[in-house]
Amino acid sequence: MTYVSLTDADREEMLETIGVTSVDELFQDVPRGVRFDRALDLGNPLAEQEIVERLEALAARNTPAGEEISFLGAGVYDHYIPAIVDAILQRGEFLTAYTPYQPELSQGVLQALFEYQTVICELTGMDVSNASGYDGTTVAADACYIAKHATGRTKVVLAESLNPQVRQVVRTYAPGFGLEVVDVLHRDGITDPDELRAAAEGAACVIFQQPNFFGCLEQAPDLAAAANDAGALAVAHVDPISLGVLEAPGAYGCAIAIGEGQGAGNPLSFGGPHYGFLAAREEFTRRMPGRIVGETTDVAGERGYVLTLQTREQHIRREKATSNITTNQTLLALGGLINLCWLGPQGLRELGETCMALAEHAKDRLGVPLVFPGRTTFKEFAIRVGRPAQDVMREARKQGIHPGYPLGRDYEGLDDALLVALTERRTLGDIDALAEVLSA
Amino acid sequence: MAADESYPDDLRYHREHDWARIEGDEAVLGITWYAQDALGELVHFEPPEAGSTVAKDSSYGEVESVKAVSEIIAPLSGEVIEVNQAVIDSPETVNEDPYGAGWLIRIRLTDLGEDDNLLDAESYRQLVSEQ
Amino acid sequence: MKLIFEKSRAGRRAARLPQPANLAPAPELPAGLRRADPPRLPELPENEIVRHFTELTTRNFGIDTGFYPLGSCTMKYNPRVNERVAALPGFRDLHPHQDEDASQGALELMHDLQEMLAEITALDAVSLQPAAGSQGELTGLMLMRAFFADRGEADWRRKVVVADTAHGTNPASVTMAGYELVKVETDPRGNIDLDDLRTKVDEETAGLMLTNPSTLGLFDEHIEEIARMFHEVGGLLYYDGANLNAVCGISRPGDMGFDIVHINLHKTFSQPHGGGGPGGGPIAVRRQLEPYLPVPAVARDGKRFRLDYDRPKSIGKVRAFTGPFGVFVRSYAFILAWGRELKTMSEDAVLNANYLLARLKGAYELPFDRLCMHEFVLSARGLKREHGITALDVAKRLMDYGFHPPTIYFPLIVPEALMIEPTETETKETLDAFADAMLAIAREAAEQPERLKEAPHGRPVQRLDEVKAARRAVVRYRFEEHPDLAAEPAAPAATEAPKGV
Repeated sequence: MTYVSLTDADREEMLETIGVTSVDELFQDVPRGVRFDRALDLGNPLAEQEIVERLEALAARNTPAGEEISFLGAGVYDHYIPAIVDAILQRGEFLTAYTPYQPELSQGVLQALFEYQTVICELTGMDVSNASGYDGTTVAADACYIAKHATGRTKVVLAESLNPQVRQVVRTYAPGFGLEVVDVLHRDGITDPDELRAAAEGAACVIFQQPNFFGCLEQAPDLAAAANDAGALAVAHVDPISLGVLEAPGAYGCAIAIGEGQGAGNPLSFGGPHYGFLAAREEFTRRMPGRIVGETTDVAGERGYVLTLQTREQHIRREKATSNITTNQTLLALGGLINLCWLGPQGLRELGETCMALAEHAKDRLGVPLVFPGRTTFKEFAIRVGRPAQDVMREARKQGIHPGYPLGRDYEGLDDALLVALTERRTLGDIDALAEVLSA
Repeated sequence: MAADESYPDDLRYHREHDWARIEGDEAVLGITWYAQDALGELVHFEPPEAGSTVAKDSSYGEVESVKAVSEIIAPLSGEVIEVNQAVIDSPETVNEDPYGAGWLIRIRLTDLGEDDNLLDAESYRQLVSEQ
Repeated sequence: MKLIFEKSRAGRRAARLPQPANLAPAPELPAGLRRADPPRLPELPENEIVRHFTELTTRNFGIDTGFYPLGSCTMKYNPRVNERVAALPGFRDLHPHQDEDASQGALELMHDLQEMLAEITALDAVSLQPAAGSQGELTGLMLMRAFFADRGEADWRRKVVVADTAHGTNPASVTMAGYELVKVETDPRGNIDLDDLRTKVDEETAGLMLTNPSTLGLFDEHIEEIARMFHEVGGLLYYDGANLNAVCGISRPGDMGFDIVHINLHKTFSQPHGGGGPGGGPIAVRRQLEPYLPVPAVARDGKRFRLDYDRPKSIGKVRAFTGPFGVFVRSYAFILAWGRELKTMSEDAVLNANYLLARLKGAYELPFDRLCMHEFVLSARGLKREHGITALDVAKRLMDYGFHPPTIYFPLIVPEALMIEPTETETKETLDAFADAMLAIAREAAEQPERLKEAPHGRPVQRLDEVKAARRAVVRYRFEEHPDLAAEPAAPAATEAPKGV
């Protein structure tokens, strides 16, 4: 493949116009001592066909979701993505545009982002959403930064039942933000509101997940109330696919709702790129990180959309900005928007109900003990397999089944536990197959 | 409607483009015509809290236009006794009437001798004409 | 154009979902946890959804539409083959928690890409994890902190020096990393002012963040001395890779003396920017900083690849998993296409920029009269002084000629800045057409300035009232309570250029 657009004759003419005799002369400001004087060791240039062959060979050494019956979830889910998502996202006017700095040439992306913000606000019950964050982990760090500045406090509280990667990312960011991080342990799979209330004393915010990492439903309204009692912002980390059946965080007193958007509209793609969403009550509008699209009118009174409240952002406020983010995940967020429009309110509710029903069926059918019996779950639940989960996984995979995520990677005492995810892509037959493998 | 350029003689000026109207042991503070013109149409005023203290030469709040944000520098020290709600609600009031309805805060002065090194209108006009 | 919510009719739908036979319905959720009011998602049949978004695409401009010389953004052609390979099921449908044995192809690709980026930057170790350039910056500063903490120097090394030409992300990242910002000025030739710098570098300095070539499109002629200055006091040098497209195979950041580099995969290495993202911001570092890189590292044992979490000194994780993998696939394919000839990419990028500069410098002011690298900054100051025509007017008028405008009003140290980056993928004919348009606009500024003030013409919208947008902050659709902004008066400043103080 070649991406060269100039001919040698072009180059000659252009050098003459510039008034130099060689391309090398253009680099006269680069000191001799820092010049690179050999060819980069990057191999021979490849033809397009050779690139495809090379990458097909690499892809063939992976086992994607379609090649086995997979019950993997743990934060990233194999939900069905309708054909229209790719059809629209592959249009060059969206795919190859930069950030919409010039609104007259960017009404398409701007209006779509305004619609995305609206959909996120509707799902979460919030007033304002940004135009996306990097993923479901970094938006948690963003929420801590908002909370620190909104409350003037320097402690954040994380439920242990919050996705471990989210907790790790918050811990990575915390020293730079000047924040101390405190965990609240789970009790049989969920967080105790009284323990949370005690920990939230003097905290800027509390972050919990609904449904939590184990798939269990937290007593979310009680957790939000506990945070509010302590004057800490209640932050719920939610699954967009659950919000047709589960209550919106805004309805039970949360200040901020965040989450990983992948399940709505993005392929698994080995962990990214995906999009994180962040929505808040109106009072936090000026503390929001990243791009926000707002409605306005043009000089003739026509409705139009622009990037707005930009004085929050790094290119204007620089060292005092609400965040350093500039590039976000717009295209992935638009995938989410299209997917959610395709589902509609009915479809989203039915999807949630189907996942839940499949999970309930699987709990009965698998015939193995649950790690947290009696807990209400959504589309994921933890099972005990009676021996090292890694061994079970290895054996099951030989039968073409991925039985789930080994919880022992993140939690002590759960080396024999697997987290099993059910999406609408799994069938009753798949569940039978898993049951058979587990009973072997 | 944006106001016409003016620098009233009864005010004292800070070289960071802020003004003070001293009334006994109180003072009303705001930003000058020059400051609002340089910023453009204001869209937001981030005020200090009533009861907080402001220190001469330090920032006590922010004003924002669409593409710029500017700290507001206190020309005098004192305790905030009132914040102009009209400007919080309609920041463009500052553009329309920077010395009247567009005042920002009222303070009780804590150091009465502090105004000595503020500029009078004539000196401030001179400063602005050099920018 | 209507919002999708305004096209909704209750009861319409696009999706039909599988309804497994013999599946008992889900049990009723307890009140309080159960959704009370459904989210008001739009209800449309599928063809109306497709038409809605297709119409939106017609109101948008991408590289596929036309020339897009947005300075500092490196808007080069995004090869379609990269989309094809990223969509291979073995990549697209691969779960990030999949077993290492069942993801060897993905791990090998990442390992290969790490080695390529190490070669291009002349550094020793790479982490692909950061999600974008600004996150790469923050990660780099976290590495500095961890490095100095390990040496017991963290308490007094509190300062990071940033040039006044820097992207706003640099100072914002400094704050988020918990460092103090020290600004250094630019000299009359467009280099860092060495005299100013000397007064700002001491044993309290953690490091420097620098873009080279700078946002002025100029290579700092004193880079060796600058590097020496920081290394002599034990500081580290961070390279903002936003402008790496100028120097691939010509001068490598590690050879310039930088210790930490981030690379914008969506700029130099052709990941489509998608209207704002995704991007990718891998960082490359010298060996001494490798222990602090994010986990997991992608490591190689003979022929097998694995994820290495056993890095006790690591700063931790900066995002989920190993980074934006789909972006890696595209950039990997792009680098394979160039191979050892990658230098030609940068040479043509610099040639194209200098050619445009040569054609335009008579008609627009050139604040730093030097050969440029991959981009250059002109000023419309003269047009403003003589005809009242601003950089914003020039930008809007360019739309009438079918071009996306350059970056305007940046860098901040140049008044009425027009920052132009053509990239290597444009033909001479395109460059000439753009130069002709810019020259025509300069003439129009004198002859019919009102034509420029009214630009753009024939777009879906004319100039938008940003003051109203900021003051009212209508940032979501409100259904029945949605305000009618057309009924509210426009702000008088709606058509004015942005101002700063």
